[in-house]
Amino acid sequence: MAEGTAAHAHDDHTPTGWRRFVYSTNHKDIGTMYLAFSVIAGLIGGAFSVYMRMELMDPGVQFMTDADGNPDGHQWNMFITAHGLIMVFFVVMPAVIGGFGNWIVPLMIGAPDMAFPRMNNISFWLLVPAFLLLLGSAVLGGGAGTGWTMYPPLSNTGYGHDGAAVDMAIFSLHLAGASSILGAVNFITTIFNMRAPGMTLHKMPLFVWATLVTAFLLLLSLPVLGGAITMLLTDRNFGTAFFRPEGGGEPVLFQHLFWFFGHPEVYIMILPGFGIVSHIISTFSKKPVFGYLGMAYAMVAIGVIGFVVWAHHMYTIGFDVDVRAYFTLATMVIAVPTGVKIFSWIATMWGGSIRFDTPMLWAVGFIFLFTVGGVTGVVLSNAGVDLVLHDTYYVVAHFHYVLSLGAVFTIFAGIYYWLGKMCGRQYPEWAGKFHFWTTFIGVNITFFPQHFSGLAGMPRRYIDYADALHGWNYVSSIGAYISFASTLFFVCMLIYTLRAGRLVGDNYWGEGATTLEWTVSSPPPFHSFDELPQVK
Amino acid sequence: MGYSPTAITGWRVDVGEYRVNRLFVTLTVLMSTAFAGSASAAGPEAWQLGLQPPATPTAVMINDFHNVLLWIITLITIFVLGLLIYVSVRFRESRNPTPSKTTHNTTVEILWTVIPIFILVGIAIPSMKLLYFADKVEDADMTLKVVGHQWYWEYQYPDHGNFTFDANMIQEDELKKGQKRLMDTDNPVVLPVGKKIRLLFASVDVIHNWSMSSFGVKVDTTPGRLNETWVQIDRAGTYYGFCSELCGVNHAFMPIMVKAVPPAEFDAWVTKAQKEFARVDEPEAPAGQPAAVTVKVAARNLSK
Repeated sequence: MAEGTAAHAHDDHTPTGWRRFVYSTNHKDIGTMYLAFSVIAGLIGGAFSVYMRMELMDPGVQFMTDADGNPDGHQWNMFITAHGLIMVFFVVMPAVIGGFGNWIVPLMIGAPDMAFPRMNNISFWLLVPAFLLLLGSAVLGGGAGTGWTMYPPLSNTGYGHDGAAVDMAIFSLHLAGASSILGAVNFITTIFNMRAPGMTLHKMPLFVWATLVTAFLLLLSLPVLGGAITMLLTDRNFGTAFFRPEGGGEPVLFQHLFWFFGHPEVYIMILPGFGIVSHIISTFSKKPVFGYLGMAYAMVAIGVIGFVVWAHHMYTIGFDVDVRAYFTLATMVIAVPTGVKIFSWIATMWGGSIRFDTPMLWAVGFIFLFTVGGVTGVVLSNAGVDLVLHDTYYVVAHFHYVLSLGAVFTIFAGIYYWLGKMCGRQYPEWAGKFHFWTTFIGVNITFFPQHFSGLAGMPRRYIDYADALHGWNYVSSIGAYISFASTLFFVCMLIYTLRAGRLVGDNYWGEGATTLEWTVSSPPPFHSFDELPQVK
Repeated sequence: MGYSPTAITGWRVDVGEYRVNRLFVTLTVLMSTAFAGSASAAGPEAWQLGLQPPATPTAVMINDFHNVLLWIITLITIFVLGLLIYVSVRFRESRNPTPSKTTHNTTVEILWTVIPIFILVGIAIPSMKLLYFADKVEDADMTLKVVGHQWYWEYQYPDHGNFTFDANMIQEDELKKGQKRLMDTDNPVVLPVGKKIRLLFASVDVIHNWSMSSFGVKVDTTPGRLNETWVQIDRAGTYYGFCSELCGVNHAFMPIMVKAVPPAEFDAWVTKAQKEFARVDEPEAPAGQPAAVTVKVAARNLSK
């Protein structure tokens, strides 16, 4: 790396020191900043969840009390809100889109950089004030205790959120949304216009396909969220009544707008992971991906259907029964392309010569846990069953299986897969495997019992629960401690690897790794390609 | 909530002993328990694995349908897990050093697209039956109106003289023996067994959700909207539910307690309640009366 950078330094005015990052227009440096940002935000969001599990470990309110020792429900609500928003907007999205997308997409398509490098810089730096505003919304102005969904009237003035906290959360999402929209524009332009000669759309690596679909989802869904929260902002501050029934407004309208964004959002978080897992399964099976076109178009199908199922988050708001019937059926359809992906991954392994290095463990673990989260999604898609499961811990278990155990597993898989490529040093294999198994066990102990709590009728977003629900909550908290300890171990291992890890060559995974990023050095030179690679 | 340390410890010991015995039992009968639930409970039970025992025709249908779904998803998950284990063992590097280069097989690709479609159609048919059955009832015997407040429930009986009362959670230091923490309310909703009851839902402030697992009822109370569903409670007993839409500071502290009694007992209770509680349309009616609500809302607007 030193040679590569030095050789180019004179010609290319490679910046050094803090200028290299703060002024950066380099997709790799920006990707690194996104990943570091995501790890830091992840530790904060994870610490919040540990504090929440401490509170829920035993019945009664032990920790989140006010000065008089009474339960402080607002503190609880503030924690669930901050945890949700941090994990969605400042951990998963920056990691899979800003981090891996920036780092890997230009390398994979043989592009010298992103299409709009300066816009790439502002995309990242918008995220930092957004995060500060969000943290501010948790502690200043009374704290936002609305849940990450921010439903009015609770989030409107007059019902406990008169302070500036919700306004800060809204501004935070404005900035994070602008950051993501700019990023999406950048990715779409890059992928459509800057592929190496010979790389047709149907030869594009699956991670690039995933990023392309994700970018379209961002571009089409985030403006709707922006509109919704802006209307909420004017309701709160300028006397409008979009969501105020006493002024002719409709609280349910906000839910429609929110989930028109919110449902594509869950695919935004998981689709890049689908791409990452495809590459890892293929690399470590030493086989090309099975059913490449089916895999690519399954993601397109998931993206398209993802826009017409939003109201399955709102079955209880009092829809006409026909509306619920439609959303039930439409939601079920998503299981088909998702099934195609699961079976294609297994078929990729079938007949392969499989090595179980750490990235492969995370990828295979992902397939299984995502299946578990997927099938409970089929249960929840039924509006009739939702009459007992809506807003219970069954839902919490479901979406943590697909996000905390799905998307986050793909992030770890990607880090282990590409860490050597990014920094030129390899993690200790035993440490990676130890991290995988402790996390795998920890998250399952955390989230599997929540299915039982949910079936028994435990509602989500509760600071305290009926005494009969103690058992599984106790188990769940133990699991959360194991998972968080495992994450701290990961951070230590990451620091060790960056400082003292074993040096690796261009393609340290061997014959199975066939995409273009394995043709450049580890880490790649400041400018990845001196001449455009040709794709046959 | 002042859970005293001794109380917690005592409770924990209880659970600890319970856990050892029960965990063994639950592991051995995991599936069947999950399917059947327990017959006596009216709210959640310790170490419960499945749904609460159903108390209405809707809830019976939900439980039956959920049991079928649980079989389907369990088999699918085991199938995927089995495949993963098989390929991981059979095709590991040491056993299969030379990878195949197969990337297409039209037959299996069609199969794994079409078979899930058939499974989903099989799920969708009973799902639609359940959905339409649970929706509304045409010929209700009576109506109960539920109004959500931060943070208690107000109930109105329009067919029985239109009386109304509030149901507040009993605070921990006021619990009497046998009353359940975070579950019992000062005024339970009393309903007759075997009658078709229309439920109407409204709210005066934020969105709440009136959720009764054992009834298969979960409906938002939204300001500016009137929602509707129905129940027909099969047997007498006390049933518990929880507010299920985040509504602010005391979201966890506005439980629902329903007492289902035989019709004769219900009539006797109505006679008593008509004397005890105010009418909705009396001018001096307590908070929750529509006119008063309008005034309250208007005042809030002015104060902004």
